[in-house]
Amino acid sequence: MAVEIQKEKYRSKVGEVVLGATKEQGGSRSHTITVGGETTLPFLHFEGEMPNRPVVALEIVDMVPEWHPCFGQYYDDVFADTAAWAKKCVDEYGADLVQLRLQSADPDLKDSSPEDCAATVKKVLEAVGVPLIVIGCGKGEKDNLVYPVVAEAAAGENLLLGVAEVENYKAITSACMANQHNIIAQSPIDINICKQLNILIAEMSTAMINRIIIDPTIAALGYGIEYTYSIMERARIGALQGDKMLAMPMIGNIGFEAWRTKEANSSTEDAPNWGEQETRAILWEATTAMAYLQSGMDILVMRHPRAAALVKQNIDELMQDNSY
Amino acid sequence: MIIIGERINGMFQDIAKAIRERDGSVIQEWARKQEQNGARYLDINVGPGSTEPVEAMKWLVEETQKASDLPLCLDSTNYDAIEAGLKICKRPAMINSVPAEAAKMERVFSMAAEYGSEVICLAMSEEGIPKDSESRVALAMELVATADAYGVPIEDLYIDPLVLPCNVAQDHGPEVLETLRQVKLISDPPPKTVVGLSNASQGTKDRELVNRVFAVMAMACGLDAAIADANDDELMAAVATARILLNIDIYCDSYIDVFKQG
Repeated sequence: MAVEIQKEKYRSKVGEVVLGATKEQGGSRSHTITVGGETTLPFLHFEGEMPNRPVVALEIVDMVPEWHPCFGQYYDDVFADTAAWAKKCVDEYGADLVQLRLQSADPDLKDSSPEDCAATVKKVLEAVGVPLIVIGCGKGEKDNLVYPVVAEAAAGENLLLGVAEVENYKAITSACMANQHNIIAQSPIDINICKQLNILIAEMSTAMINRIIIDPTIAALGYGIEYTYSIMERARIGALQGDKMLAMPMIGNIGFEAWRTKEANSSTEDAPNWGEQETRAILWEATTAMAYLQSGMDILVMRHPRAAALVKQNIDELMQDNSY
Repeated sequence: MIIIGERINGMFQDIAKAIRERDGSVIQEWARKQEQNGARYLDINVGPGSTEPVEAMKWLVEETQKASDLPLCLDSTNYDAIEAGLKICKRPAMINSVPAEAAKMERVFSMAAEYGSEVICLAMSEEGIPKDSESRVALAMELVATADAYGVPIEDLYIDPLVLPCNVAQDHGPEVLETLRQVKLISDPPPKTVVGLSNASQGTKDRELVNRVFAVMAMACGLDAAIADANDDELMAAVATARILLNIDIYCDSYIDVFKQG
């Protein structure tokens, strides 16, 4: 007997956001990347369209980071050279795009000037052809000085610049509006604030609605992943049902969160029952990412090159047509 | 629940005057004002005293469409006027309305099938408006079955259980609410429901209060649409809030503005 497949009919879709700009478009990227555009929940190809595959970014930092020693074998030669690091992520590790954290601007660290930050961004743009994500050091007051300078220096490149928060969104939104960049709107695992922040950004400029990427703030596997997962799922269903203020693609800092866990960092000696540290950590990061793929994440920012490779392989498999 | 803006109606003196003098600016202003405040359809009614309903309907549709892209709800007992309007509507429109009377159903459902229109179906017949909910639901079933026979999709039907003024027919209130609930059970997919909200408050002292309370009570019974005053800010705020409390929209601090912007 034939089985009738139940298909949900949604009346709306997730907006598409284009990252990067080629020479013809006023930038210098070798290509652009489009994210979003889903008309159904993730990978239900039998039910709707998923016109753009989720993409994997590798994260880099503009100073030598205090990462687990196991990263040394991949990045020791480039940790001190941000541009070379970016190039290695793309050329050797196949990153779809690169996320640069301007950590050195932190007043408690190097307190780099906005101009120095802009110069680093320019160098990275010269080193790679992929679209670039740039985020601040996380100290709002300082970041608000950095955003306009970086945004202007990279005018035309159609960056994805972050992060806007509900308490601090005006400076970065203005910088993005003035120089036509995309913006990361970050909310603290809270769908109501997520929606409100999108509205606040849209009130500054309706054109920005099509330039917002939602960062719902993620948790790593074992640390409340289900909270973010269900918020992302609710936002996505809302988007598909016509809530325009939630109909944006989503990004998550997978590597950053996964590498804060004891499961990733505990040495093999300290946790012999958990298996070898690096393999375990890679799987922890990759598994976290795979869960978020299923909840609708469009841009996954990874840290370990081998975890990134696993996730790209997973995306290849999930993007196989399953329509019938 | 969505709001069908009621204001472009010849029953209002400014609209009647605008129709007589063919002053499009008044119509366009009301189209814009209602859309900006959250209306999702605009009701178009030439008014009871019109001497040239067909021409007036065409003119109202044209003028409204100059100012708004919202779908229209063509409101008349003169089906020639409605058909004249349907011919020039840029988007599929709603026909307002048809009772459960054979000749009228034949005309309206044929028209709806031809123009891809939605239809407001009144739970009344030649015998008038029944009081109890069972009889209203029975008429709704007759309307749904007939529409189906003419090829009009059930999702395109809006059953109007017919609201009467609460100071005249107080005992109808609970019957209307029960009808709204029961109508959702008569088919799968079920038809939608609509009420003429302002009828509830005809002749009462604080009309806005009655309208607003009835709106949220009806929403809790599953009401899909109301023909109402989209420029009654407190009504719109109450509707937006009820949508939040019924988990239809996702909360955010600006939810009332978001509802109005659609």
